[in-house]
Amino acid sequence: MIRVVLPAHLRTLARVNGEVSLDVAGEPTLVSVLNALEALYPVLRGTIRDQVTQERRPFVRYFACAEDYSHEPTGTLLPAEVVAGKEPFLIVGAMSGG
Amino acid sequence: MSGVRVLVGTRKGAFVLTADGKRERWDITGPHFGGWEMYHLKGSPVDPSRIYASQSTGWFGQLIQRSNDGGKTWEPVGNKFEYATVPGTHQWYDGTPHPWKFARVWHLEPSLTDPDTVYAGVEDAALFRSTDGAQTWEELPGLREHGSGPHWQPGAGGLCLHTIILDAQHPNRIVIAISAAGAFRSDDAGKTWKPINYGLRSEHIPDPNAEVGHCVHHIAMHPSRPDSLFMQKHWDVMRSDNAGDSWKEVSGNLPTDFGFAIDVHAHEPETVYVVPIKSDSEHFVPDGKLRVYRSRTGGNEWEPLSKGLPQSDCYVNVLRDAMSVDSLDKCGVYFGTSGGQVYASADAGESWNSIVRDLPGVLSVEVQTLK
Repeated sequence: MIRVVLPAHLRTLARVNGEVSLDVAGEPTLVSVLNALEALYPVLRGTIRDQVTQERRPFVRYFACAEDYSHEPTGTLLPAEVVAGKEPFLIVGAMSGG
Repeated sequence: MSGVRVLVGTRKGAFVLTADGKRERWDITGPHFGGWEMYHLKGSPVDPSRIYASQSTGWFGQLIQRSNDGGKTWEPVGNKFEYATVPGTHQWYDGTPHPWKFARVWHLEPSLTDPDTVYAGVEDAALFRSTDGAQTWEELPGLREHGSGPHWQPGAGGLCLHTIILDAQHPNRIVIAISAAGAFRSDDAGKTWKPINYGLRSEHIPDPNAEVGHCVHHIAMHPSRPDSLFMQKHWDVMRSDNAGDSWKEVSGNLPTDFGFAIDVHAHEPETVYVVPIKSDSEHFVPDGKLRVYRSRTGGNEWEPLSKGLPQSDCYVNVLRDAMSVDSLDKCGVYFGTSGGQVYASADAGESWNSIVRDLPGVLSVEVQTLK
């Protein structure tokens, strides 16, 4: 199971508390985790990445194991600690606005 | 027992204000969707329990919410707004071509006949329609593909389609307005469109009388006289008596004819309300006084309405979708301010009371008259 931490607004929208756990089919890449997340919580479609272009929203960031994965290709494999469930995959609303 | 339900969209959530027909004691619920920008909420005239709401943030994009119980509970519905054809470019602020890109829904207009049909005016400017209760959306591309599209440029708030007027007497007629392209009308249910800006004059564009390029802020219509349209333009209050084919200025004795909101009395088609704003560079009411201006002559002759409104040290704005009327007798008039106040008049503007004073900045106010 892959653990995912959502920003507060998206937790409210998805009606979840704390982390969510995902079964990810195939290789655990950025895109497969996002696909699994949106399949489990359809309300999140369009909130993390644009529904038409599939581009990450500019003020959303992806962190894992203290590394920034926001600008990595979507086929990038997540680190082993995340795949093993020892570390969460973080979806973060960028800090902006003062 | 009759009553009213006021749907308030703010920069940080939505609020639902309800009262009986006396409109004296109010019940306030919210924030719904706390922390999100609620650009607009509007109920179906066919089924008042059906309400649509536009929810967005710069972080997480656009959502649409739907209520089937008058705003008590909500469910997210479809939020995929995909242009029907390759969008191409419009003008950017500096005059260069800029790719068309969906940003948000500014206005939701439920059908006059079917609670499952609703129109959405979006940024970058386009008109979408859903016929399944907002689960899926389809663009009516004839508007965006009107030949003038590449010349449209955004207003300060973006290239937004913010006004949608449906007409029960002419079911195929739709009037829309875009900042800063102007007003357009379709007479074939949205297939084809024509600009309806003849008579508008805007000094901020190279040709002040151009066919498109006017920063129309809002348009209002009385359902009994659909050919009469009242417009608050960037500067100038205008009226048309031929469904927008031509316009004449009716600013008359207003202290300033800049503003955003405009509406028409529910029972008097020649009674119009505006809230003059000082200027395009100072978006607050003039002289520190919050005054609604009313014309009972269809424009030109305006009277200030200030009883119960702050008359000193007040520097708020009233945005384009933040004024509405109910259809009780006497007509109720409502508006919300950038300072978070929602004011109501139960006597057609003669006197005002604040329903609530400390909400986040108000983006939209819509009223449902409940029988």
